[in-house]
Amino acid sequence: MASFYGFEPKSRLFLGTAQYPSPAILAEAVKASGVEIVTVSLRREAGEGGAGQAFWSLIRDLGVRVLPNTAGCHGVKEAVTTAQMAREVFGTNWIKLEVIGEDDTLQPDVVGLIEAARILTNDGFEVFPYTTEDLVVGGRLLDAGCEVLMPWGAPIGSGRGLNNVYGLRSMRAHFPGIPLVVDAGIGLPSHAAQAMELGYDAILLNTAVAKAGDPVRMAQAFAQAIEAGRDAFEAQPIEARDMAAPSTPVMGKAFLS
Amino acid sequence: MPHASIQSRSNPPLRVGIVGAGVVGLACAVELLGRGDEVEIFERGDTAGAKACSWWAGGMLAPWCEGESAEEPVVRLGQEAAAWWERHVEGVVRKGTLVVAPSRDRAELRRFASRTSHLVEIEAEAIAALEPDLAGRFGKALFFESEGHLDPRLALAGLAAKVVALGGRIHYGREVAPEDVAADAVLDCRGLAAREALPDLRGVKGEMLLLRTRDVTLSRPIRLLHPRIPLYIVPRADGIFMVGATMIEGGDRSAVTARSMLELLGGAYALHPAFGEAQIVEIGVDARPAFPDNLPRLTRRGRVIHVNGFYRHGFLLSPAMARLAADALLDPASIPERLHDVAA
Repeated sequence: MASFYGFEPKSRLFLGTAQYPSPAILAEAVKASGVEIVTVSLRREAGEGGAGQAFWSLIRDLGVRVLPNTAGCHGVKEAVTTAQMAREVFGTNWIKLEVIGEDDTLQPDVVGLIEAARILTNDGFEVFPYTTEDLVVGGRLLDAGCEVLMPWGAPIGSGRGLNNVYGLRSMRAHFPGIPLVVDAGIGLPSHAAQAMELGYDAILLNTAVAKAGDPVRMAQAFAQAIEAGRDAFEAQPIEARDMAAPSTPVMGKAFLS
Repeated sequence: MPHASIQSRSNPPLRVGIVGAGVVGLACAVELLGRGDEVEIFERGDTAGAKACSWWAGGMLAPWCEGESAEEPVVRLGQEAAAWWERHVEGVVRKGTLVVAPSRDRAELRRFASRTSHLVEIEAEAIAALEPDLAGRFGKALFFESEGHLDPRLALAGLAAKVVALGGRIHYGREVAPEDVAADAVLDCRGLAAREALPDLRGVKGEMLLLRTRDVTLSRPIRLLHPRIPLYIVPRADGIFMVGATMIEGGDRSAVTARSMLELLGGAYALHPAFGEAQIVEIGVDARPAFPDNLPRLTRRGRVIHVNGFYRHGFLLSPAMARLAADALLDPASIPERLHDVAA
């Protein structure tokens, strides 16, 4: 089982907690799918004190690990400050680091990401960086102290699936021992299964479940697809080929004419 | 138990105390007075609704649109709202809701349509016929013909006047605990102020603004779908437009953030550039009281019934919940376990 900074979840589905019809449905989705890690946005979901605590205690009651995120941060300083606030509010060194570089695609500012990752790991954080499939950036993030990489499948919330399968496959091959999580852009369970078949260790998603007509069933569907994809990867799939290869051997067949 | 049998009951009138003169307290009062009960309302503010989050509401009576993200009881029970409001206050507009999206976010429109009902898909020409000022701005829209809207502040004032006209009494500037009210039964309609009695109640922050411009005319609420900043604009009298509303977990009601303001203004500007020249008349922030399932609930404790958790559906669901609360005063066993089981 893959280890994320020493934690080995049985479930390879990580779930975001935003945009659900209600916290009750979020809780049901988490329970039904067996999710053990949820991400929480400090900026948009958690208030300090007062009634803001109510949402936080609903999350805490789920009994799962919380991976706070810096969603919506556009600069290094903003992301670092948000991470530090998250550590205080949620009492964890884990941080999903997002430094957004462009508003239409919400793609990561990888230069700022590397810098913020270095600052945070030096400060004792265990960083889960939201990055692209760029191998050089991935290497720099590891140099900066990250022990997990989370490349995007497609822009956040777009539901497009794996935009660059080649890039993600290269990344898997390039970082064989590093836990890799496809984060963002997943729309369908088949997208998640595809990433797992490539050998990815987990999938982080939010919108595809939260905005589904029935989030609870969709969370279950993703859990099943992710398990199937992982099994397929471990079972070593066959290689695709151009020509047919009869499943019943022709050689040695009796001539009955 | 059928609704009619309760209305024509032979029971002696009850003396009911209501705490809170927001939309929920006032709707309950009107419902009870209509059934012949005696009603006394205690409100901490100086006017009806001014200290309630209903003061900042959009006032959309849009059960089908809400079906996009809300559970089935909201859609079903919300359908009685428009007729109820028309019966009790002036100024209910029944011109439907228009849902639009920028062309590059057309997928949002398809998603919205697939989650909702009672709509027609219309194109540029029909959009221009409904809202001439939006002509040429959107190629496709969803039109929810049967929906309506009202001005919340006028509706609250109208309802308060109706309470008095029906013989009810409203005591302003009186902050009382429900258990201290001398009456046969008490409805606690305080919203988030009742949090100590209702531990799973939470606040969901909402921010809105009022703009004034004479350069745009709209006849009905417009919902602009956007993957990050969905918003709605509701026209009111005298060139006023309500733009709302954010939904942020966390009950902080102290101020609007710059980001939220940026998003609301950006959305209004995207709907029509003339909003860029509009005056900002008012900026509002409050927290909506909500239970974990985001559905309202009746909770009985002795002679007090808490009516709470209306989330973003105060004007939409207070008519149905007032009916259920009035039923519950006569027959506590009628309190539904889940709103899913309640007949409209």
